[in-house]
Amino acid sequence: MSVTVNHTPSPALPPPSRVMAGGPLGWVRANLLNGPINAAVTLLLAYLVVRYAISFIDWAFIHAIWEVPNDRFGRPDTALCRDNKGIGACWAVIGEKHRFILFGTYPYEEHWRPAIVCVLFIALYIVSAMRRFWRKELVLVWVATLTIIGILMWGGVFGLSYVPQERWGGLPITLILATFGLAFAFPLAILVALGRRSRLPAIKALCVLYVELIRGVPLISLLFMASVMFPLFLPEGMNIDKLLRAQVAIILFAGAYLAEVVRAGLQALPKGQYEAADALGLSYWQKTGFIILPQALRLVIPPLVNTFIGFFKDTSLVLIIGIFDLLTAAKTSIIEPQWQGFAVEVYVTVGLIYFIFCFAMSKYSAGLEAELNRHRVR
Amino acid sequence: MSAATSPARQMGKPAIQLLGVNKWYGQMHVLRNINLEIAEGERVVVCGPSGSGKSTMIRCINRLEEHQQGQIIVDGIELGDDLKSLDAIRREVGMVFQSFNLFPHLTILENCTLAPIWVRKMPKKEAEALAMEYLTRVRIPEQANKYPGQLSGGQQQRVAIARALCMKPKIMLFDEPTSALDPEMIKEVLDTMVMLADTGMTMICVTHEMGFARQVADRVVFMDRGEVVESNTPDELFGNPQTDRLKLFLSQILRGH
Ligand SMILES: Nc1ncnc2c1ncn2[C@@H]1O[C@H](COP(=O)(O)OP(=O)(O)OP(=O)(O)O)[C@@H](O)[C@H]1O
Ligand SMILES: [Mg+2]
Repeated sequence: MSVTVNHTPSPALPPPSRVMAGGPLGWVRANLLNGPINAAVTLLLAYLVVRYAISFIDWAFIHAIWEVPNDRFGRPDTALCRDNKGIGACWAVIGEKHRFILFGTYPYEEHWRPAIVCVLFIALYIVSAMRRFWRKELVLVWVATLTIIGILMWGGVFGLSYVPQERWGGLPITLILATFGLAFAFPLAILVALGRRSRLPAIKALCVLYVELIRGVPLISLLFMASVMFPLFLPEGMNIDKLLRAQVAIILFAGAYLAEVVRAGLQALPKGQYEAADALGLSYWQKTGFIILPQALRLVIPPLVNTFIGFFKDTSLVLIIGIFDLLTAAKTSIIEPQWQGFAVEVYVTVGLIYFIFCFAMSKYSAGLEAELNRHRVR
Repeated sequence: MSAATSPARQMGKPAIQLLGVNKWYGQMHVLRNINLEIAEGERVVVCGPSGSGKSTMIRCINRLEEHQQGQIIVDGIELGDDLKSLDAIRREVGMVFQSFNLFPHLTILENCTLAPIWVRKMPKKEAEALAMEYLTRVRIPEQANKYPGQLSGGQQQRVAIARALCMKPKIMLFDEPTSALDPEMIKEVLDTMVMLADTGMTMICVTHEMGFARQVADRVVFMDRGEVVESNTPDELFGNPQTDRLKLFLSQILRGH
């Protein structure tokens, strides 16, 4: 009697559909309302979200005042807004002050220059983010763009009027500090991280010293040192731009933190990768550049971006040494009597600008991580 | 102990010489006065119990580990602290590891072309052609554009062999190349190594695959506790062990199989 002679291969079936069975309502029932505790939590959270979202929408949009009339001296009359305080937002302050918030004390009629600078920075980020532009030429694009940015900000050539650095302000300052900060801190961090694993005791000690010293000091005191103490050590008559000094402090600060992140990645790599590269005869820099760093940096994309984001916002600390970044400009914009008391609107707006940049970084890194680590998935 | 070696074929001049090599890890004496001479074209299998220093010895030959006493001369160059000689030796000595150690972020083809392009300064086109030739020889040319993580263990190990061969080494070192593999994949890797042995490559292979040793080895070296205890042709060594240590070892691996 033959029982299992028939060896027809079983047919290949499609995977089970992951579309929600029972539609969205079924999904809600299965995920949010399964069991009394879950249902209670869902309802409570829904109540809180709806309640606060509604009052925010109410404040920000429904009862908001978007414009105010001028008084008889031609100045904005904010009485309307004052009466509306606590009920609705006064977005008129943004309409009135947005150019000051964005560009600070830069000469008003020259505002197109920092505006172009901001657009150039953003374009530079977008181009650099695209993998198909990751070639050697990208370095030239950076150099060229940063040169144009310098020319636009300073002027003094091509018929552009000269604008001293003390008058720069707002978003361009934040972008300059963050961009140059990361562009220099990141390579510095890689060198320091490699140096900490060096076999040469002098290099290793130097790197450890640097990281520990900088990490042990708040950024604020570094900025103070850069702005107050550093000039004391310079020879008479020599004066380094204040922004540059702050920039150096920021680079050193970010470099120390990033170095530790990079080092974590270096340590996570299996020893076999180093050995295989050695056995093939690759030199130290070939091994580091082709085998070690590409893998180590991929491993630490999340903490790297975390540090980037934290550091982007930390640039706002330059306000304590009187540099006019985005946050300082925002704070200063409501100093006039008629606009005093509208800080919330201004800070919400500035917060939104910071959020857009940070969220973009975060989203981009998630995508990059998925793409670069594709090889690890079978 | 029989030190007499009766080479099966006519051997050339020495490719590798270890003269009185000693090595310590901290206080632990892991290589004890190793004297070993391997001729050009000779195929040597190294066996011995776990922890006997087999890996350490072959890793000293391309200086993944440093020895502290004695001399190691590879292809006429003495291994020392100077980097020039180290580069020269690593270019001539290929190595295959137990855990493959392919570069997971590079494709199979890139794994194979990286060192020829950057160390041998070979033009990219030429390096790719060479890599395809070796991948064909280890019978996986169709995997060239995949990543290591997408291959089976046996395929990965064959890529690792091809990668080492792309540097056109004079000497190949194998450190237990099949012990991380499932039984059905061991054969495909061993076949590749037999094929390589037929080309006349100088090979040192740490393995417990006795069938392989009998088939290709000119000489089998038995190590125990950091020493070379016996060294003989496979038939003599397996058939007529001289020392108790080797007898014990052979009885253990035979029981294991
Ligand atoms: N990096 C190291 N630091 C300290 N001790 C080590 C190190 N590597 C190996 N050893 C020790 O040296 C001895 C020899 O190790 P080795 O790896 O050469 O043995 P082996 O013969 O290859 O063993 P196996 O068959 O298990 O691979 C062992 O006792 C091991 O514990
Ligand atoms: Mg071993």
